Amino acid sequence: MCLGIPGRVVEIEKNVAKVDVGGLLRDISLDLCPEVSVGEYVLIHTGFAIQKVDEEEATETLDLLRKMAEAI
Amino acid sequence: MKFIDEFRDKEIAKGLIRRIQKTSTRPVQLMEVCGTHTVSIFRYGIRDILPNHIKLISGPGCPVCVTPNVDIDLAIALSRQKDVIIVTFGDMMKVPGSTSSLQKEKAEGRDIRIIYSSLEALKIAKEYPGKRVVFLAIGFETTSPTIAVAILRAREEKLHNLFFLNSQKRVPPALYALLHSQQVKVDGFILPGHVSTIIGTDPYQFIAKEFGKPAVITGFEPLDILQGIWMLVQQIEENQASIEIQYRRVVHENGNPIAINKIYEVFEKGESDWRGLGGIPDSGYRFKESYKEMDVRNFEVEVEPSKEHPECLCGEVLQGIKIPLECHLFKKVCHPENPIGPCMVSIEGTCHTYYKYQ
Repeated sequence: MCLGIPGRVVEIEKNVAKVDVGGLLRDISLDLCPEVSVGEYVLIHTGFAIQKVDEEEATETLDLLRKMAEAI
Repeated sequence: MKFIDEFRDKEIAKGLIRRIQKTSTRPVQLMEVCGTHTVSIFRYGIRDILPNHIKLISGPGCPVCVTPNVDIDLAIALSRQKDVIIVTFGDMMKVPGSTSSLQKEKAEGRDIRIIYSSLEALKIAKEYPGKRVVFLAIGFETTSPTIAVAILRAREEKLHNLFFLNSQKRVPPALYALLHSQQVKVDGFILPGHVSTIIGTDPYQFIAKEFGKPAVITGFEPLDILQGIWMLVQQIEENQASIEIQYRRVVHENGNPIAINKIYEVFEKGESDWRGLGGIPDSGYRFKESYKEMDVRNFEVEVEPSKEHPECLCGEVLQGIKIPLECHLFKKVCHPENPIGPCMVSIEGTCHTYYKYQ
């Protein structure tokens, strides 16, 4: 029920975004996450963007994990 | 897919497993609260690759599973009323009520429709102004703001034929009830990533402060889960207890304030009934006075007395007290084609996950 999937915003019209989810374009409501720009990624739950995906945080986490994995 | 594939990297996973093995010395029991975590843990074989002394147990984090029979029976009774269309998330269709299910009622000709988003309920209500459209509104805090948006839009658009059977649940009070009951030993919690995207860290602070247990808000890919477990093990080994975030790419300390505001525009906290756990104070949302006209519980409808299957262990499974393999019905009479309890229906129900992967 609480599934969330990331997608890339390709177009915004009022409070609806066209979001590329694994190659499929879907209309996603921005009511809960209005401050998003084209090109950014959002986390989608039941047709709503519920948060922006922070690319920097994702990269930092992966870099940290990679270093930790290599150092052991 | 971006933000998914990178978090399934095998070499990094191996490194994390070595880290866990090296750090962990004590026998611990960790609860993954969310059913989506349970599915990932089984799908990627995470239980099998952890040291033997780290046990993972599944918690109450499946909204379909914790919806009590009394609400399913009410939905069924409503579906039998004249001029009613029931709209529901797909998972609820096969959940057995006391004597029927929405799927059986649909086969009998009732107008029951599956929707993916709360906004589709609005569309259906607009399309059928002569019918009463009842949305079976279940879900945790991840889903609640989307339901609140539908309610606010219905008010804005002056829709008078859309109603809500509100059975939403709040996760933190259920964890409080679990810890308070002391029926199951939990040394740390893997907290639900998407619920926490909305609510942030604050509502969980009692876990550390009152009960002295660590908890980590964790994502759903294998690297997320392994890192979450590693963070928990580190806290336990250092005798620490705090609420940490592993899933930083979407979870912030203050959650999503816009979503939280939407929820509290239309709802206030109230007691809610959970399958297995019973009534828990503040564990649900009830309509604020100004939105009560949309509450389907105002309808006059006769509902059959609710009863549970006497041998179904779903209630105990949801609390981590029993595992599906201890249930006499599991795999014998209860399977996905003939579910006796909701834990076998939902794709994130613990029994369904055991059936599929164990």
